[in-house]
Amino acid sequence: MPNNKEKVAFIYRNNRFKNLSVHCVLILASITMLLPFVWMILTSFKSFGESVQVPPVFFPKTIPGKVFSGQESFAYLFSNYRFVLKKVDYFEQLYINTFALIAGRIIFAIVTSSLAAYAFAKLHFPFKKFLFSVILVQLMMPSQIYIVPQFKMAVAIGINNTIMGLIFPGLISAFGVFFLRQFYMSLPDEMSEAAIIDGCNHWKILTKIMLPLTKTPMMALSIFTAIFAWTDLMWPLIVNSDSQNGTLSSALSKIQLMSQVFKTPHLMAASFLAMIPMVLLYFAFQKQFVEGIAMTGIKS
Amino acid sequence: MNRNKSLPGSKRFRSEWMWAYAFIAPTILGLIILNIIPFLQSVALSLHDKHSGALGLDNYIKMFTGDTYFWRSNLNTLLFTVITVPFGIFLSLLLAVLLNHNIKGRNIYRGIFFMPLVCAPAAIAMVWRWVVFNSQTGFLNYMLSLVGITGPNWISDPGMVMISISIVAIWGSVGYDMILLLAGLQGISRTYYEAALIDGAGSLQRFRFITVPLLSPTLFFVIIMRTMNALRQFDLSFMFAKDTDPAFPSVQTLLYLFYRETYIKLNSNYGSAIVLWAVILILLLTALQFWGEKKWVHYDN
Repeated sequence: MPNNKEKVAFIYRNNRFKNLSVHCVLILASITMLLPFVWMILTSFKSFGESVQVPPVFFPKTIPGKVFSGQESFAYLFSNYRFVLKKVDYFEQLYINTFALIAGRIIFAIVTSSLAAYAFAKLHFPFKKFLFSVILVQLMMPSQIYIVPQFKMAVAIGINNTIMGLIFPGLISAFGVFFLRQFYMSLPDEMSEAAIIDGCNHWKILTKIMLPLTKTPMMALSIFTAIFAWTDLMWPLIVNSDSQNGTLSSALSKIQLMSQVFKTPHLMAASFLAMIPMVLLYFAFQKQFVEGIAMTGIKS
Repeated sequence: MNRNKSLPGSKRFRSEWMWAYAFIAPTILGLIILNIIPFLQSVALSLHDKHSGALGLDNYIKMFTGDTYFWRSNLNTLLFTVITVPFGIFLSLLLAVLLNHNIKGRNIYRGIFFMPLVCAPAAIAMVWRWVVFNSQTGFLNYMLSLVGITGPNWISDPGMVMISISIVAIWGSVGYDMILLLAGLQGISRTYYEAALIDGAGSLQRFRFITVPLLSPTLFFVIIMRTMNALRQFDLSFMFAKDTDPAFPSVQTLLYLFYRETYIKLNSNYGSAIVLWAVILILLLTALQFWGEKKWVHYDN
């Protein structure tokens, strides 16, 4: 009779062939996830004729053919991309707007939520429970309920069609307060007690002692905020209705409507151009992205 | 009671709450300006007629009795939710369980599944609409034709288009849910599984009696979040059909209807009534899920 440890080890060894089938399923799933991207990239190099051919052709021939036979220069390979950038001559402005939106939302969320989260976690004050429950209610509310009045406010103070208009609903973050508060609560009270005795005020405690300890949750909050700012379509569409003031997403939705100008290969080139900066950032910080998202889930 | 011994009335206590109010001031101020006032304004808008300005329930009466699009968009929204939430979560759970095996390349798989999340949703919608789902030139129907199946008209068939949108939504969200579930799975102590192995429990039994109960808080969170998001679906519908397309009535969700009434037809009063209804629906269904929570969610202390 083998002991338990050996038995477990035996069962794990026995599972090795199971790992192969696990890999098969995962590889199949990965292919499903990646194929639309591959097809997008291939299509963005096709000529219009190739893109409407039935049955579809997998690999672009016309455009690369002309480049490789020396008929055209290397730049011709990207003619669909160049077409998009020529027709949408404010494309670089879209990058700026989108990243200003993301950076702005992150900065405001981190500053306002860190302050409030510290107060809710560590300080005592009248109406604390009531005020925190207001934040919890807001957390449950779908943001669309505020859109119409928020838009009217943005127009009234003249920030529609500006970067500030894009950031506007994200000036504060109920989620950020809720999320960071849990990390402040896990920090021992003795730390601030000692600092108070040493004559520190709460601003110093927060900025000198607490903030450096919450770098990881702040990173997670930043990634969460970035993804939500990035995937928001309705607000940019409404508040910055001028195409050149929109985000990559809202501009794409307008480009798609101009079917007289932009054909499928152009649309795919535009999609690729819109995706690439965030995808590159994601590849560079994959670990932070994945761990950040996992953290926002666990702590909620 | 007073952990840090600052008694009410003492100088230190007053200084503490001054600091506290200063710290929460930006958030509370923002909350009032950006959320509380707009909420009240939305309610007020929905109770006023656009043309006469009269106070009354006219917008709601029009919504419930005079707008065929309204009921249709409720149906579309619920259909989308009923498809995407169970299938999406089933697939994410499957992938999470598979990735929880001690296998090589876990980070690569995880990275691939999460990819759609970092792509602009408009870009994703365009890719699926124009090059995947296109019934003639799209690669999906081409692949199907290779195995002898005539693919449907994914986009233009009114009976099909919501399913197509759901496929894109599931494809796009599976990575996110999978990461949350995987984090939950990794929080389950290995000793439970080892004890079950020794007792001779099969893998299905282990899944049913260890994984599901111990994962249920995470699973509950994912279901709540996914349901709320599904009921608020706008981007994909908006990208897949404009109002002149024949499939449009089958695509329009509640928030798409809200968007059109408010910003295309410029009736923010009626639009506010629609969005308030959508919020009530979301909160009702969320409350229902919290009510059901007791029955299956297991909190381990």
